[in-house]
Amino acid sequence: MQHNFFSAFFQRKEIWTFRILYRIIVSMKHDFEFAIKQTIPVMMGYIFMGIAYGLMLDQAGYGILWAFMTSLCIYAGSIQFILVSMLTGGMGLVSVIVMTFSVNSRHIFYGLSFIEKFRTMGRAFPYMIFSLTDETYALLCGTKIPDGTDKERAWFMIAALDQCWWVTGSVLGAVFGTLITFDITGIDFAMTALFAVIALEQWLDAKTHIPALTGLVCGTAALLIFGPDRFILPALAAAVGILVAFRKKLEKKTEGEEGEK
Amino acid sequence: MTAATYAIVIVAAVAVCTFITRLLPFAVFGTRKEPPGAVKYIGEVLPAAVIAILIVYCFRSTDFSSPGTLEGASGFAPAFISVALVILLHLWKRNNLLSIGTGTVCYMIMIQYVFV
Repeated sequence: MQHNFFSAFFQRKEIWTFRILYRIIVSMKHDFEFAIKQTIPVMMGYIFMGIAYGLMLDQAGYGILWAFMTSLCIYAGSIQFILVSMLTGGMGLVSVIVMTFSVNSRHIFYGLSFIEKFRTMGRAFPYMIFSLTDETYALLCGTKIPDGTDKERAWFMIAALDQCWWVTGSVLGAVFGTLITFDITGIDFAMTALFAVIALEQWLDAKTHIPALTGLVCGTAALLIFGPDRFILPALAAAVGILVAFRKKLEKKTEGEEGEK
Repeated sequence: MTAATYAIVIVAAVAVCTFITRLLPFAVFGTRKEPPGAVKYIGEVLPAAVIAILIVYCFRSTDFSSPGTLEGASGFAPAFISVALVILLHLWKRNNLLSIGTGTVCYMIMIQYVFV
């Protein structure tokens, strides 16, 4: 009697809807906790760099709303810092466009690694492209998704959380920036440490170290030749050139080792 | 054009141009069923190179001009010591947050108190 009652109860459609909903929430919570944990280093960097940006923008005469809107719509750290001086200096539209393309041109290379991987992202696809900053790129390249975690959902959450940290920092900077009295100089080192950890993980996992070494050599050489302000693009271009030249050799190497396994 | 309109136009231009740089590879290679082999290959080997370049970028303003003195060492020692700590700690514990957090605290202490 009791058994019949319960099975009838759970076979009712609305109960099933609740159970499915419950399962979705539980699995989303799991993915969300995973994503939060992955983005904590970026949070440390983005919130404090965002505060610096919001404070700068506020002191240039553009308050909270501008900090919020620029970080929401542009979402690229280096060009946003330059934006402040563009606005105060009254830079012309054409110069602004040229400047933006030259500062952000490195992003062109980032998408190359995700052309196929973002295809499964569904409705989040345009947002994943929009939010591909240096740090999100590094996180998505470096994060291993454990079993039982929905990869697409985790990726989207990582991308969206990173932007949340950046927007939050910008707004905090515009509102409270002048009130910060303790010295946070050096907290942006979290980004360097994050890149170092990701590079180390990749190094330990890699079948060949040629790509990493190519990047290191090209980066250092370009830094010495072009100076600290405009070396990234030549470094990336040189790295792509060298890696293309070594394609046959590298592909043989990765395939050969896969064969052994 | 008022100041506010000017600012809105500039912000919109920066936003659109930034999105275009991110969209470009997807617009060029994403429409085909399968991206060309060379692009696929570059996409696979590039992350390691890009992250190495980003690390060089983080070290772009290190200064080796006078390594002998404490003042001169402040140009590079905090960053290199902290990264070494991050790497050693990570090899030992393999815990992202522990390595990154400790390295950052170490860096902040060094630039604020040790190499002043």
